[in-house]
Amino acid sequence: MIRNSSSIFKNFDWPLAIIVVVLILFGWANIISASANIEVIELVDWSGKGGKQLMWICICSVLAFLIINIEAEFFIRTSVLQYVATLLLLVAVLIIGKKIGGARSWFALGNFSLQPSEFAKPTTALVLAWYLSQDSTKWKSFISRVASIVLIALPAGLILLQPDAGTVVVFAGFVFVLYREGLSGNFLIIGFASMIIAIATIIIGVTQFNYPWMGTWSGIGIFWLIWIVLGGLILFLIRDATVPRRRKNITRWGVMALIAGLLFSGGLHMGMEKVLRPHQRERIHVLFGIDVSNPDADYNIRHAKSAIGSGGFSGKGWMCGPMTAYSFVPEQETDFIFCTVGEEWGFMGTSTVVILFMILLLRVLYIAERQRSKFTRIYAYGVASILFMHFIVNIGMALGLAPVIGIPLPFFSYGGSSLIGFTFLICILLRLDAERYKILR
Amino acid sequence: MSSNDLKRRPLVFGGIIIIISAIFIVRLFSLQITNEHWSNYAGMLTEERQTLDPIRGQFLDRNGDLIVTNIASYDLLYTARLATDFDTLAFSELINWDLDDLVIKLEKATNYSRYVPSIIVKQLNPKEFALISKELWRFSGIHYRTRSIRSNVAGVAGHLLGEYREASRDDLNSDSFYRLGSYKGKSGLESKFETQLRGLPGSRRHIVDVRNNVQETLSSLDTMPKTGKDITLTIDLALQRYAEKLLKGKRGSVVAIQPQTGEILAIVSAPFYNSDDLTGTRRGLVYDSLNHHPHKPLYNRALRGTYRPGSIFKMVQGLIGLDEGVITQRTVINCDRSIIRCHGAHTADNLTEAITHSCNPYFREVMRRVVQRGKDENKLKDAALGLVSWRNRILEFGFGSNLGGHLPGTRRGSIPDVNYYDGVYGKYHWGYSTIYSISIGEGELLTTPLQMANLACILANRGFYHEPHAVRDIGGKGKPASTDSIHYVNINADLFEPVIDAMQLVIEDPSGTAWRARVEGITICGKTGTVQNVNDLEDHSAFMAFAPRDNPQIAISVYVEYAGGGGAWAAPIAGLLIDSYLTDSISNIKAEERILNWEE
Repeated sequence: MIRNSSSIFKNFDWPLAIIVVVLILFGWANIISASANIEVIELVDWSGKGGKQLMWICICSVLAFLIINIEAEFFIRTSVLQYVATLLLLVAVLIIGKKIGGARSWFALGNFSLQPSEFAKPTTALVLAWYLSQDSTKWKSFISRVASIVLIALPAGLILLQPDAGTVVVFAGFVFVLYREGLSGNFLIIGFASMIIAIATIIIGVTQFNYPWMGTWSGIGIFWLIWIVLGGLILFLIRDATVPRRRKNITRWGVMALIAGLLFSGGLHMGMEKVLRPHQRERIHVLFGIDVSNPDADYNIRHAKSAIGSGGFSGKGWMCGPMTAYSFVPEQETDFIFCTVGEEWGFMGTSTVVILFMILLLRVLYIAERQRSKFTRIYAYGVASILFMHFIVNIGMALGLAPVIGIPLPFFSYGGSSLIGFTFLICILLRLDAERYKILR
Repeated sequence: MSSNDLKRRPLVFGGIIIIISAIFIVRLFSLQITNEHWSNYAGMLTEERQTLDPIRGQFLDRNGDLIVTNIASYDLLYTARLATDFDTLAFSELINWDLDDLVIKLEKATNYSRYVPSIIVKQLNPKEFALISKELWRFSGIHYRTRSIRSNVAGVAGHLLGEYREASRDDLNSDSFYRLGSYKGKSGLESKFETQLRGLPGSRRHIVDVRNNVQETLSSLDTMPKTGKDITLTIDLALQRYAEKLLKGKRGSVVAIQPQTGEILAIVSAPFYNSDDLTGTRRGLVYDSLNHHPHKPLYNRALRGTYRPGSIFKMVQGLIGLDEGVITQRTVINCDRSIIRCHGAHTADNLTEAITHSCNPYFREVMRRVVQRGKDENKLKDAALGLVSWRNRILEFGFGSNLGGHLPGTRRGSIPDVNYYDGVYGKYHWGYSTIYSISIGEGELLTTPLQMANLACILANRGFYHEPHAVRDIGGKGKPASTDSIHYVNINADLFEPVIDAMQLVIEDPSGTAWRARVEGITICGKTGTVQNVNDLEDHSAFMAFAPRDNPQIAISVYVEYAGGGGAWAAPIAGLLIDSYLTDSISNIKAEERILNWEE
């Protein structure tokens, strides 16, 4: 036992731990500023969110120490148990949870609220790693594929019932894990292509176009027409340029792709117009800079962008940003914490945060790839996927590049549940990684 | 799917991470460094640039007593973005408005801007504001702003001072000093000296929070407003007050001038109004009622009223006759009533007697001698030549002129010229016999009360006048340079004495028409005039005078419309004003009572 413990710290990944600690401390500084009460003269208001976050940081430090001192084998063996426990919590929260902001996502515990969906992320990553690392699991078998997707979809579905779309989006990130383990790259390509088609459909869908003899209609008809004509032309040219024996294949797939794209675009357009409720449609419109009639629809984004934009190169200084001090940005200590960084630390601060996250993600990937253990590798991919989704959605939203989906910036945003969740996530990885030489190939 | 392919996949994921990070950094670079738009937008949200209105200059009387100053008033503003759970009904009850009007007004404000406050209620005075201020906190989105408004604390000279009210759209476009809701002098001296009175605005920037509450002041960039210049008027507040008291309930005017300087001591047009009623919340109502009043209270009779001069004009004719040498002070002319009627028992008067008796045939003959000089054999051509030189003499007395135009809106009146009669009768189709009614101040002559007071100055000064003006000092720099010009009537001072003798007799002779103007211990020289009206309407009562005879201190003209002969009402008013100005007391209490109890 003693030998084990000393070997843990011999192989401990300090760079990863240090980046995480830096992010937590920098985040804490911004939370203090964002939640500072103007009437309180002291620098840190201990009863406010800055004080509470410090308490969470202390709790998480203890937690981190405990997790790092638990043998990796424990997590591997209990992964299913943890997963099931999480599912039970997710079911329970739907029944006895507290409703905040329209979603039943919280357990109320006195002064604090706990959000079980934050714990579902590490446990799902664990169970996925466990399942995919079983010798009996062969990716090529259909059942294995379905089973792994079900493992992801179960907690995601329960979370969607709360409803908390933001966290569900994070679960979509597990596609990277599956991709690493053998999911066809075509899925990524198809996903990317459908994203492009979706954006084009939404933007062109609301553009008014004056058709000769037919009056003014949505420009989507033109888009579809161009899609068919141009797509057909390109297909024809490619077909002509290839060797005859491949032509048949190209024609078949090409035509299918054209039709699929058309159906997708048409379905999305119908969905936008008929299925979505007006405020949901509005949020999507705002994302694409489409002028909507309600002047306050893009209130969050406008204020977020101007807070970031007003920071300039070096920012206005800690505790000196008027937009932060006077709460112009909603949710500025949680989902929009990046705006406070932007205003008070400027481009220096924001680019540092982006680069820190980039290094963090790449480091996790590097750790994943140096493992002998399949379990650890898959788990590390889970960690990277979860952090990546948080990273792109949260910062993308503050920069007006992604829709307003309320998910926290890992280690940075205020909130006990999310900090505990991410501590679990990263500390289990640190422990697993520290034991990488114990596993024989 | 080769194992090689799987080995490349971490690179794909890593590549995506790097690309996304790069996109974020490029986006941040554009938001924070290259693009000013969001930074400016943040400035618009968090900084409120407030223009600090300067304090407008005050009006003081010639002794430094306050006439017009500035007092606090309160506007209520509404910001749609901040109004949550706004209880429109309760608010309408609080400010005592019709609910529908309020709803329309709030909708208008919301449509104008959700972020910029709009004025909902204007210019509550401190008393009105005190009543509702305790309740205002209940209405989110409502806040108040103090503004200083004009107050005529002396309550006098509304016509002279003019209106100070909201600037029009044209004003806003032509002068950057004015913003929406700014005020501006619109008439009278308020308008004429607008640039001196208004001062220079300052500016201040505030940091505001999301509810638009001011949180911090950025003091280093602020500039303080510069107060406008105070204007000291030539008006004697006591005399002005007394003149208004005497004219109350009548229609007419008083103009009193200090002859040595041309400084106007009092200027009243009746009926008058309190200029305070034309600022503030009740302006619309008050203006409407004044505008539709049959007695036209908005009309400044002292400067704009034109009347035929009547008998007062005879003194001018006499002076010109003396100077032209067609009569001497001993020349006696028969009162030939066959051509023109006359009044009183006299048969042949010299100049002094003729003025005292207001003898019509005498002045018909004097003017005939001035006009018909035999310069042309044709009598009609001779009359035309004569009228030209006669008219030039009349113009020297300031008739037909706006007297320098220091007072806003002064009218010129009219002295008919050759072209006028040519137009009416045809060239050389008229002679003196056609136009002689102007010799006794009737006919086509039109003069203003200001010109009459100015005539009194010329007589008091024995031959010159200063352009009448109402401003003594602007901001401690003295009179505006242009005000100080003297005009000489080219008549020898000695020639004035027989006329002034007559003016003294008009008041002191037992049969004088202006005996009611007598004041114990003061030698007043004056002349009555009666402006005839058509039909059965009463004549206008006119009187001009100066006093004392030696070293005159005050020259005055008084008009009372539809009041009968000049001696009846205008003369005693002038007497009381002269007494009040020279002695600070009233000796003739009975006369004062008679005037105050006047009924039309």
